[in-house]
Amino acid sequence: MTPTLQFFLIVSAALFCIGLLAALSRRHAIFILIGIEMMLAAAGLNFIAFWRFGPRPAPPTGVMVTIFAIAIAAAEAAVGLALVIAVYRHYRTTNVDQLDHLKG
Amino acid sequence: MSDWIVSHLWLIPALPLIMSLGILALASRNAAAGLAIVGQAVALILSLAAFVATLATPGYRVFHNFTWFTFGEQALRLGLVLDPLAAVMLVMITLVSLCIFVFSVGYMAADQNFTRFFAYLSFFSAAMLGVVIANSLLLLFVCWELVGLASYLLIGFWIHRPSAAAAAKKAFITTRIGDIGFFLAILWLYGRSGTLLFYDGGNGALEKAGLVTLGASATFVALLIFCGAVGKSGQFPLHVWLPDAMEGPTPVSALIHAATMVAAGVFLVARVYPIFSSGAINGVTAPLTVVVWIGVVTALISALIALAQADIKRILAYSTVSQLGLMMVSLGVGGVAAGIMHLLAHGFFKALLFLGSGSIIHGCHEEQDIRRMGGLRGLMPVTFLTYAIGMMALSGVPLFFSGAWTKEEILHATSLWSPSRVPHYLMLAGVVLTALYMTRQMVYVFFGERRAAAQHAHESPPVMTGPLVVLAFCAIIFSVVLTPAWPWLHDYLSGERAHYDLSQLIQPGLYLALALVALGIGLGVLFYRGSGASDPLEHAQPALFRFLANRMWLDEFYDGTILLFARFAARLSDFLDRYFWDGLVRLFAGIGQLFAGLTKSFDERAINAGVNDATGAARGLGRVLSGWQSGQVQTYLSAIALGMLALLLFYAWLT
Repeated sequence: MTPTLQFFLIVSAALFCIGLLAALSRRHAIFILIGIEMMLAAAGLNFIAFWRFGPRPAPPTGVMVTIFAIAIAAAEAAVGLALVIAVYRHYRTTNVDQLDHLKG
Repeated sequence: MSDWIVSHLWLIPALPLIMSLGILALASRNAAAGLAIVGQAVALILSLAAFVATLATPGYRVFHNFTWFTFGEQALRLGLVLDPLAAVMLVMITLVSLCIFVFSVGYMAADQNFTRFFAYLSFFSAAMLGVVIANSLLLLFVCWELVGLASYLLIGFWIHRPSAAAAAKKAFITTRIGDIGFFLAILWLYGRSGTLLFYDGGNGALEKAGLVTLGASATFVALLIFCGAVGKSGQFPLHVWLPDAMEGPTPVSALIHAATMVAAGVFLVARVYPIFSSGAINGVTAPLTVVVWIGVVTALISALIALAQADIKRILAYSTVSQLGLMMVSLGVGGVAAGIMHLLAHGFFKALLFLGSGSIIHGCHEEQDIRRMGGLRGLMPVTFLTYAIGMMALSGVPLFFSGAWTKEEILHATSLWSPSRVPHYLMLAGVVLTALYMTRQMVYVFFGERRAAAQHAHESPPVMTGPLVVLAFCAIIFSVVLTPAWPWLHDYLSGERAHYDLSQLIQPGLYLALALVALGIGLGVLFYRGSGASDPLEHAQPALFRFLANRMWLDEFYDGTILLFARFAARLSDFLDRYFWDGLVRLFAGIGQLFAGLTKSFDERAINAGVNDATGAARGLGRVLSGWQSGQVQTYLSAIALGMLALLLFYAWLT
């Protein structure tokens, strides 16, 4: 069986939903960060799939955008992890339920 | 010297004034009496010099006028005048004052306010001398009021005594009633004639041109001026203050309430006599008639009251009132010179009597009730002799005592008064009464048995008896210039050349006076000899005696009428203030409060409510919105996810 566009889109959507679920339900900041990374990965997978099964698959445009997105996601993860460490040092916790100082 | 003092007349009142201020400034007990006496002695010498100057020509008159201030077109001018009237008054005042100052050194020796006393005495003397030489009714009024002030200060000298404080107030307020009239007279005179100067080279108020301008107003001006004289000279009905004024120290009584100050009223009438006599027919004008009758009533009433008094000083006080009434009668009937002569003679012998009474009081250890004295003749010989001379001068024993000649002259003047003979007969009765009450006093004080206060009496020191002797000497020697044989003083005062006529010495009037005085003294000796401490009049006529002893209930009468009215008016004003005017004020305040309340509730209910609603809404909205801002980052994320889902569903629904 040859993989089709639908297959990739379903995998991507599933990956996104898992990431979203992780981001919404986990209490630990690190896991939320992982969830966000998963959602980014799902978006990247979508790019690749639409490029590969699109009208002009010859130039590697989709791959390039995705590589850039992954590079940016790495930078974002570094910033996110640095924030988590800073928060932990300040509040001695990484549980986002307790980090509610921006409450109105 | 004589010419020099005429141009430096202001020095005479200025000296005692400077001394008064000096005494107050130094506040040294030792220097006080010395300064006052030296000032007074120099003033006496200057007065004598001025007196000599006036002898130069008959009808001598010199005045210096100066401008006090200029007000727009009007210049207010004051001035000083020296004429026979002023000159004799100057000499009399300074001489009597000097004697009294010396006497006070002894009398007030134990008083702790010795310094203040001499400052006041000097001040009084300065003011009185100012009255005498003033050539302007305004300047005279100023000094007149200063005299009133000095009198107030001296009557109330023993301020710790409530009765003295009350007497001082009474004297001040009573004389003030008369002074209102005097002040109105000044305004009226100025309004009519435009000048207040007495003599001004033909333009003065007392000179022909001035009197013509004044015209018929002269009657009212004269009557109003007389109001002032009535107050100051203790004439009926304003005489009530004078007996009360005996609360002051005895030298004050002698100086002010016998010799000088009370004479100011008589002097004033004599000074402005041309206004009183303006438009006279046969020497009679309406104001002069008023003067005569007031004088008659005063002289008789007070002589009667004097008969029933027990306080030695009060008897003399009523005697003074009576004699002042006699002087007023004399002025009113046209005997100006006689009135002034009696004023001068009275100044000497009444000062003598008062100082004598001071010596008696001092000797009897501050006892003033004559019923507690008696038999002092042997214990106080000098006082007795001088007092007897004073008493005979006052009673008018003929030939050797000054009072006799002047009284005779006054009686003569009253007998010539054309409208009525009644004042003449009443004055004859007055002479008998005077002799009677003076004899009564003499008998009580110096004769008979020694009663309580006389047991340990002693003669006063020479510093007190000395002035008595000097004044007694004056009271006798003064009669030389008063005799009808050589009526030098009369001619001098009337502005005529002195003449000499020995045949005038013995006149029918003299026999009459002799008879009346003998009658008075005889009756007195008969009644009071051996009467002891009880009064024969009290036994014979208890009701009459009580009537007189209570001063005819005049004080009570005033208390029941004028003062009652004043108190009623005060209470009415109080009531009006409290309830009527205050009610009005409260009403307006209430209206204001009502409006304030209305705006307050409008503010609170309308304006504040709107603002409150707006802020409440904003706060409620904020609360709702802030509720959404939970700080839970996952909640936000959920909202974003739901929003995206909704967008997707919307997109799906569109396609």
